[in-house]
Amino acid sequence: MPITHEYQSASPVKAPVEHRFSPYTDNGGTALAVAGEDFCVVAGDTRQSEGYHINSRYQPKVFQLSNGSVLATGGMYADAVTLVKRLEQRLEWYYHQHEKKMSVDALAQMLSVILYHKRFFPYYVWNTLGGIDGNGKGCVFSYDPVGNYEKHHWNCTGSAGHLIQPFLDNQIGFKHMQGIQRRFLTPEEVVRIVKDSFTSATERDIYTGDYVEIFIVTAGGIDVQRVPLKRD
Amino acid sequence: MAMKVELPQKGFNFENFQRNAVLADKGYKAPKVTKTGTTICGCLYKDGLVLGADTRATEGPIVADKNCEKIHYLAPNMYCCGAGTAADCDHTTHLIESKLELHRLQTGRPSRVSTALTMLKQMLFRYQGQIGCALVLGGFDVNGPHLYTIYPHGSTDKLPYVTMGSGSLAAMAVFESRWRKDMEREEAAELVKDAISAGIFNDLGSGSNVDVCIITADGVDYRRGYDKPNQRGVKEQSYKFAKGTTAILTEDIRQFVDVVEGDAMDIS
Amino acid sequence: MDHFPGNWGQPRSRDDHVFSSTDYFPGHNAYDVGSRAASGPAQRTQQPMVTGTSVLGITFKDGIMLAADTLASYGSLARFRDVQRIIKVGDSTLIGASGEVADFQYIEHILETLTIQEYDHDDGQKLSPRHIYEYLSRVMYGRRSNFNPLWNSLIVGGVKDGDRFLGFVDLQGTTYQSSTIATGYGAYIGQPLLRKAVEGREDELTEEEARKVLEDVMRVLFYRDARSLNKIQIATVTAAGSKITEPYELQTEWAFAEGVRGYGA
Repeated sequence: MPITHEYQSASPVKAPVEHRFSPYTDNGGTALAVAGEDFCVVAGDTRQSEGYHINSRYQPKVFQLSNGSVLATGGMYADAVTLVKRLEQRLEWYYHQHEKKMSVDALAQMLSVILYHKRFFPYYVWNTLGGIDGNGKGCVFSYDPVGNYEKHHWNCTGSAGHLIQPFLDNQIGFKHMQGIQRRFLTPEEVVRIVKDSFTSATERDIYTGDYVEIFIVTAGGIDVQRVPLKRD
Repeated sequence: MAMKVELPQKGFNFENFQRNAVLADKGYKAPKVTKTGTTICGCLYKDGLVLGADTRATEGPIVADKNCEKIHYLAPNMYCCGAGTAADCDHTTHLIESKLELHRLQTGRPSRVSTALTMLKQMLFRYQGQIGCALVLGGFDVNGPHLYTIYPHGSTDKLPYVTMGSGSLAAMAVFESRWRKDMEREEAAELVKDAISAGIFNDLGSGSNVDVCIITADGVDYRRGYDKPNQRGVKEQSYKFAKGTTAILTEDIRQFVDVVEGDAMDIS
Repeated sequence: MDHFPGNWGQPRSRDDHVFSSTDYFPGHNAYDVGSRAASGPAQRTQQPMVTGTSVLGITFKDGIMLAADTLASYGSLARFRDVQRIIKVGDSTLIGASGEVADFQYIEHILETLTIQEYDHDDGQKLSPRHIYEYLSRVMYGRRSNFNPLWNSLIVGGVKDGDRFLGFVDLQGTTYQSSTIATGYGAYIGQPLLRKAVEGREDELTEEEARKVLEDVMRVLFYRDARSLNKIQIATVTAAGSKITEPYELQTEWAFAEGVRGYGA
């Protein structure tokens, strides 16, 4: 946890040093989500780190929410846990008030508003929300820490997000290729690509590794796979 | 007419500091240095000493090299592990390697470890810590096996077991719990391997393989890739692209030579 | 006479003949107040004063074992050498703390209040390790969000109805669970040894083996952590209940020092 020293006076003599407490920390890790025609795959590694040190090899940061969607978080774990608690509270109130589960699209907007509420002391979390929308199609929403959000067909976030994003652009979005049949992929094909994304990210990003948990969301429910990754 | 030879100025050359400050003011960020994160260690045993190192080089959070060599050759009887800035370790050890060879030619004797130590520490001190090398120097000379650590500012320690780098605490924990005097060769090599592995698996700056170097009176046994606990698994599928996948935007074929039937070129 | 070492050698930005320097406490001297008023708003951010170093925790076959030394340091001074840094909460939970001792004593107090409240409910429910962990995590996160943290790293361990629990929570509210946990320098020096000994063997490790592992690691910490002591306590919690040993000394070896001569040629 960083402690910065600040000198108060401009005089040549050293003034009292002030220790400032930082409420933020980065616990590392990578997450991604891919929307299929009628499913959504959300995956995240399970390593929690602080600086050069590994806190835990298995501390999941992808959460199943009670309305059937899956939220992948990256950044500060303490903020992510608190955010998920708040979301679950709101989901429960909504369910009792409206006698139905909150849809992914509504949840997506609500999450944006909840994040913006703390615009001046943000949740240090990069969120990716995945689920099945009202039309039965897979959808992915990505967020910045203060609530800007966008709907995608695929998105990566976290320490190796920038490493994986171009790979998915090419393999899922078929970008920069000619003479290729562009099509929706099956869940099995997506899961294979996701596994290779994580094993590759583990090679080159020091914060990614240990295990990856892959959630496959369909209208019928959520399947979870845990795949071991390199631990170095 | 004799040319006036300009002797190099002694001490650290601070010329570029002002230039760097001006550039920083203009908003140019200093380039990220490749550091080696690193776990390096060494320990004495009955017949000599064992050096060990991991093989990961990092550039911030990214692994720049998954299998770099951190145990540098200094002399036929001496090797040096380097942690800190990769370029600094490479160039410093190469420089002292050259100086040692010249010294051997001049003295007609095998190099002593304390010679390398003195050369290294005097250079690092002269640069006041600006050269980011943290070294574990080990060798076997006429006085027996010696193991030293050298810090970037030029201080040294002579000890029976040492560790350096970001994974040094993990490696030192293993040494403190298992090192003892006069171990056998295999036991010492295993201990060093376990110490480096502790760094590899618990420190994010260290990773990949374990390199080990055993130095005795009889010579050096350099085991690159002594242990490889982090092999990449088989990929789920092949990502080979079919020919023609990359769009050709323009094509420009120029004829530079005319190919004509004739005699073979005379290459005698 | 100024008793606080941190003020020795500091610039004399105060009037000796006006203020008397009988204060022990850094940051609360009359001079500090004077110079601070000129230099900005009041803050509640802190630095820890009296601190404990690492705490270790591991899971073994029958439950959880924690270890900590009994030292509270005042900066570099080994000030209080008989401090209990592991406490019991109820029958099934143990909490070990590193960091500011005053904040830990406050945590002890609020947990006592919580225990009394739960007792008053009189509904046959008892606080389990997970409940206490959840409560502490929320308290720590709440204080962090008000920029007034309890400057501790806590390890919560316990056994309830066959469920072994070991968790970590720190001053920023960061939480995680693992079969081996270490705070402070223990994380860098101790964790590699704990992980090697325990990972994969949580259900086979016996109480004696667990104790030996912890003692070995505490010894290594004493060798290498400059703010540690070789007087330790080991705390165990199983389905049968919890117990904390009396402080005892670890044997250490210093014979290797004879062979260390000089630092160079």
